[in-house]
Amino acid sequence: MSGRVLVGVKRVIDYAVKIRVKPDNSGVVTDGVKHSMNPFCEIAVEEAVKLKEKKLIKEVVAVSCGPQQAQETIRTALAMGADRGIHVQVTGKDYETLGPLQVSKILAALAKKEDAQLIILGKQAIDDDCNQTGQMTAALLDWPQGTFASEVSMEGDKLKVVREIDGGLEMIKINTPAVVSADLRLNTPRYATLPNIMKAKKKKIANVNPADLGVDLTSRVEILRVDEPPQRQAGVKVETVDDLVGKLKDTGRI
Amino acid sequence: MSKICRLCQAGWRSRSTSSAADMVSEQSGAMGISFPPLQTFSEEESMMREAVKKYAQERIAPFVSKMDENSAMDEEVLKSLFEQGLMGIEIDPEYGGTGSTFFSSILVIEELAKVDPSVSVLCDIQNTLINTLISNLGTPAQKEQYLTRLSTDMIGSFCLSEAESGSDAFALKTRADKHKDYYIINGSKMWISNAEHAGVFLVMANVDPSAGYRGITCFIVDGDTEGLEICKKENKLGLRASSTCPLNFDNVKVPEKNILGQIGHGYKYAIGMLNEGRIGIAAQMLGLAQGCFDHAIPYTRQRVQFGKRIFDFQGMQHQIAHVATQIEAARLLTYNAARLKEAGRPFIKEACMAKYFAAEVATLTTSKCIEWMGGVGFTKDYPIEKYYRDCKIGTIYEGTTNIQLSTMAKFIDKEYDH
Repeated sequence: MSGRVLVGVKRVIDYAVKIRVKPDNSGVVTDGVKHSMNPFCEIAVEEAVKLKEKKLIKEVVAVSCGPQQAQETIRTALAMGADRGIHVQVTGKDYETLGPLQVSKILAALAKKEDAQLIILGKQAIDDDCNQTGQMTAALLDWPQGTFASEVSMEGDKLKVVREIDGGLEMIKINTPAVVSADLRLNTPRYATLPNIMKAKKKKIANVNPADLGVDLTSRVEILRVDEPPQRQAGVKVETVDDLVGKLKDTGRI
Repeated sequence: MSKICRLCQAGWRSRSTSSAADMVSEQSGAMGISFPPLQTFSEEESMMREAVKKYAQERIAPFVSKMDENSAMDEEVLKSLFEQGLMGIEIDPEYGGTGSTFFSSILVIEELAKVDPSVSVLCDIQNTLINTLISNLGTPAQKEQYLTRLSTDMIGSFCLSEAESGSDAFALKTRADKHKDYYIINGSKMWISNAEHAGVFLVMANVDPSAGYRGITCFIVDGDTEGLEICKKENKLGLRASSTCPLNFDNVKVPEKNILGQIGHGYKYAIGMLNEGRIGIAAQMLGLAQGCFDHAIPYTRQRVQFGKRIFDFQGMQHQIAHVATQIEAARLLTYNAARLKEAGRPFIKEACMAKYFAAEVATLTTSKCIEWMGGVGFTKDYPIEKYYRDCKIGTIYEGTTNIQLSTMAKFIDKEYDH
């Protein structure tokens, strides 16, 4: 057992920013816009660091796929307590079309290379809301998966995961190595304290090419058009119930 | 005061009187140095600023109003300041500090002030006055004893002013009389910030009044020393959450080993530290102005009168742009003074300019923001009126505006000496 955990961290547009669609409808404006670590990825990092503090695992490795700026996101993970980082360099057109399938192939290759015991990811990213990477990574590795985790505990070499599902909570026990995807209530991520930010400077970030991992980044998905959601129309007030019924009939609702 | 000025130039920090601009042309040329804008930060500085911004929004903002009303700092806020490593920014990690730079302290102070200037001043005094004095002047034993505690759980207070000596600091009357291997301190201090929560006090007392200011010595006095009385805190207009108390010293016994630095050199240390502390206050006033501005502008973009946003009226736009320019200028003065100090270059005149200007800008900004918000700006339901009350002290403490101006004038006079 290597005792090593891989945590995926994605650089996304900050949750507080007002999103604007590019004039050519090819995507959203990202230039000069504030970016930060995906909130669910923060929760994933926190869980990994907690497991290390409980001495259940030995090393936390933060992974991010993207251009040079992805290193900032990895540094934040290091400042939260990850031990080292891996920056998988993806730029230009490849980065624009990078999706869960490509990322999960990368993570699967890294998991084998690093002999990881556990992969923790955020359940989804707040930019594409795909909610696929965790599941695909597990399938590619043929590992068990505990998705939408709101509680994770290790019992020997098994993992007990409490999942948030539509009907409530489901508890499963899975073998390791496994993939876990973090849901909102799993934990409250710590702040990067100033001393930890200083310590993070000394931690290593390795640079890797997807080609070196034998991963083909070709996308099977082509984005045709991006539009803003329709503007919300103002409502209409009516005086009486009869008026209401009349209006509903007029607009063909009843 | 001019004699002191020359002394502090010669003794405490030797520096030439050539202006900052001259030094740049000496260093560049063949070395091909690039000149990035002042608002360029190292990755570490950017990360720290982001971390503090987030922490201040989530862990301090919810308490600001209550702390102001009760005139009391929240215990949880105090604890979290230490936990985040904000109280020992420049202290060496060997003593549990963050081991970062003066500029990082300035950024932290600015970010905190955007949310609460009272919390910011607590952090400023700890970092720029207390920690710096002990780090620079302390014996290994003193550093061992105090720096770790200052990084992790103990607040310090700097005691110079008295009822009869504010700007005329060296006229202080608190005495320290020598007996064998200890001193007995008698007197009183006034306007001491952080006093309510401080565990250690750096007290300026005179060991030899016949020698005038050359008798002033800095003593490290532990908070639990017998005879040290922390009196009732002042009921202030602003910065209410920061405790400001008179102190009484009634035969307070302090061992000789608790003298910080050399006997009779206290006046130099005070001036030296206040030169740096000045940049900290500039950062606080800057953050205050920016924080206030950031609250007011969204309102002007939302509020509609006469069929358009009040932001869209030309009169408003001109006022807003003017204030934004003043804030930017204050920012550049502050950052530049901080970078000059870090580079080991002359910075006193620039530090005075930064503090003086930032305090004036804070006053202008807060006053205008209340006007822009109209009636709601005048109520306590909105945070603007607190910034307005908080800013006034900026032109008064750590060197009044008039003192800053006089100091600057002396430097300007010297510049034309050759």
